Amino acid sequence: MNGVGNANAGVGRAASQVHRFLNEVWRLQPLYVSLYAILLSFVVGGVLISIIGVNPFTAYWALLRGMVGGGDQIAGSVARSVPFIGSALALAFAFRAGLFNIGAEGQLLAGGVTAAFVGALSWMSDLPGIVAIPLILIAGTMGGAIWGGIPGVLRAKTGAHEVISTIMLNSLVLFGVRWMVNSRDPVVLRDTDSTVPRTDPISETAVLPELVDSQPTLHVGLFALVGICFVVAFLLNRTTFGFEVGTVGLNPHASHYAGINVNRVIVASMAVSGSFAGLAAASEISGTNGFFQPGTFFLMGFDGIAIALLARTNPVAIIAAALLWGSMLSGAPLMQQEADVSIDVVRIIQAMVLLFVAADAIVRYLFRVRELDQSPFKATSIEGAV
Amino acid sequence: MTTVENAAGIAGTSSQARLDRQSVTGLVFGFLGVALIVGVAPAISSSSRRFNFEPPPDPAGIGFDPPTWVTAIGVLFLLTAALGFAPPAARVWASPARLLSALAVIPLVLVLSLALSDNPSTNIVNLFNESLVLATPLALGSMTGLWCERSGIINIGIEGTMLAGAGIGYMTYATIGDAQSTGWLWFSILISVLAGGLVAALLAVLSIRFGVNQIVGGVVINLFALGLTGFLRSEVIVKSGITTGVGTSEFGLPLLSKIPVIGDQVFRGQPIYWLMYVVVIGTWVVMYRTPWGLRVRSCGENPHAAETLGVNVVRIRYQSVILGGLIAGLAGAWFSMESQARFEDNMTNAAGFIALAALIFGKWTPWGAFGGALLFGFSRALGTRLQFLGVEVSGFEIPSEFLQALPFVVTLVVVAGAVGRSIPPAAAGQPFQRSK
Repeated sequence: MNGVGNANAGVGRAASQVHRFLNEVWRLQPLYVSLYAILLSFVVGGVLISIIGVNPFTAYWALLRGMVGGGDQIAGSVARSVPFIGSALALAFAFRAGLFNIGAEGQLLAGGVTAAFVGALSWMSDLPGIVAIPLILIAGTMGGAIWGGIPGVLRAKTGAHEVISTIMLNSLVLFGVRWMVNSRDPVVLRDTDSTVPRTDPISETAVLPELVDSQPTLHVGLFALVGICFVVAFLLNRTTFGFEVGTVGLNPHASHYAGINVNRVIVASMAVSGSFAGLAAASEISGTNGFFQPGTFFLMGFDGIAIALLARTNPVAIIAAALLWGSMLSGAPLMQQEADVSIDVVRIIQAMVLLFVAADAIVRYLFRVRELDQSPFKATSIEGAV
Repeated sequence: MTTVENAAGIAGTSSQARLDRQSVTGLVFGFLGVALIVGVAPAISSSSRRFNFEPPPDPAGIGFDPPTWVTAIGVLFLLTAALGFAPPAARVWASPARLLSALAVIPLVLVLSLALSDNPSTNIVNLFNESLVLATPLALGSMTGLWCERSGIINIGIEGTMLAGAGIGYMTYATIGDAQSTGWLWFSILISVLAGGLVAALLAVLSIRFGVNQIVGGVVINLFALGLTGFLRSEVIVKSGITTGVGTSEFGLPLLSKIPVIGDQVFRGQPIYWLMYVVVIGTWVVMYRTPWGLRVRSCGENPHAAETLGVNVVRIRYQSVILGGLIAGLAGAWFSMESQARFEDNMTNAAGFIALAALIFGKWTPWGAFGGALLFGFSRALGTRLQFLGVEVSGFEIPSEFLQALPFVVTLVVVAGAVGRSIPPAAAGQPFQRSK
């Protein structure tokens, strides 16, 4: 008994030594608190897997191989993560302006259908790729921006709460695109040669070049979405517009008295937010699918909320969070196939990751991590971290 | 989240904006009135239509002449528009007139859709009853939100709480009652309710004990419930082989269901539907007519002032969030044991978010939120009904997707125009720390 206690104390002392070293030398506390949170989530998931009579290590080994077990798996995981970057940015950017944009699901659909429409126009095949590809991406971006801008305008002009209007617009666009893609009389966007409801395939010239022939395809859209994260980081931290967005988010009244046009910032932030979701959708249409189907983006906006919050709305951290998210989803089928564990375990682990990252007090208590005085990642308030 | 609300304050407070909205609403009603009288009334079929009050054969009902009704509603709209610009003495009538006109949209839609369809009659009592039934989970969900947010905790995890209630309740029913026996059905509904309470307790611990951002807490709940119920479905429900069963059965209220014509339609229903009324009325009574309800509201508006007066803010918040969760669990049971006796992945299908919309629509009051839930229930019932009637406009049948989208358009218009600014409880979203 005594020995165990001593060993525990010893481990604790050693751990705190390591922590102090990591803090002082590299200021890595936010990183390792997050890593502990991930570890803890897998422990919880492992308990659940053992309850149904499967060895958790077998299941996790299959999951890991599904995620990063080889070149194809890695490429597939990255490809799966790419659109999540856009849907997470859509939430994160609006959040900086104090707006809660839960309309990424709808903005993805609006952007996707616009991109598919423009991509399938007959004259697109006459254009060279260098013109056609930017055109389809811009079309999708605009589609998302318009659908995101509507709740912004409603908020600024009438005070309608963006939570309610984005929920409504999500459903509206879903029914709208379903009609466009399903309807045979009149034919709107449906590919009449296809047995499943989908739009006409986009022109060959508008297809984003492929990087790796994985499942799903890894394409150049990766650079567009990773690049945009750095652009957003620059925009928020180094430009007047970014400053205005952050100020409105922190205190709209003070911003108003300081001479910032609050309504303009609200509309612009919502439109910019929507444009990220639109871009993600366009890159998927152009690089992966080649046509539009409403089911493609199901739950992608919903996951984007979680990813953005996991990254504490930091645009660069979103890349890492999206990678974690996408690769887990991408690896799950192998786990189901080999260990006969339901894919839903991954969703539970994801929820736990978000939980432990947010409630870092639990992690700090379990792993004896002392709180830094000026932690930039303090979990109690996202606004504080901004 | 407070910052979000502050932005709403700026966007909607200036008196200029409010005046604008009044005159814009007035202009819209004026335009609609003229269009109805001059454009629509002469164009639609003048053959007589009928609203029935009971199912065939030989139903009671009222016959009407569509153009006359459309013209009458158009005149009402014009009067409303005129009142908006009337001298100040008459303006006291402007607000009730706007409400009346907004309500008149319901008969207008019914009259127009019947006039444009080939069917000469439809049973409207049944339509209203369907609306109430479909509003059940939304009304319960909005009461969940009400209890949480009036106590100062934003709950966007209503969806997940409902889903957990639906999944865990049905799992219990399938494993111990084979989804057949009535006694176990009641037990399983109770388990649903408790599961909802337990999930809400997680939100409460996260947001009250650990001070986690409440939106993050809600997202965690939604994700967790989606994963957990999917896991339980594939590992327990599907493996048990009992994927469907027998749900709750209808019964008529004593005496009331004996009322001629409407009694048997309006006063017959399933148990959770009836409990919905108990919950809504109970919420109103407890929140507005008891000391405890006053304390809950004070914690949502100014927790520090409440604490100074001796209210235990932390305890009150735990109590109201868990109470809300119990209600959401009941809403979950409606999905998996009353509406259908089965459980599917993501069965609640965004009902929790629509309940949240109903709550905001109703400006964080019990009756307002109930009204919002009814609006959604009505539009959904109407969408199905119109599809059944086959409404045609100049030769083209209106696609079913348009009809299904109708409730969302209506809400968007109402929130932007007629309702406008909706003010949340002042302290909602702010973590509370006891004074030392």
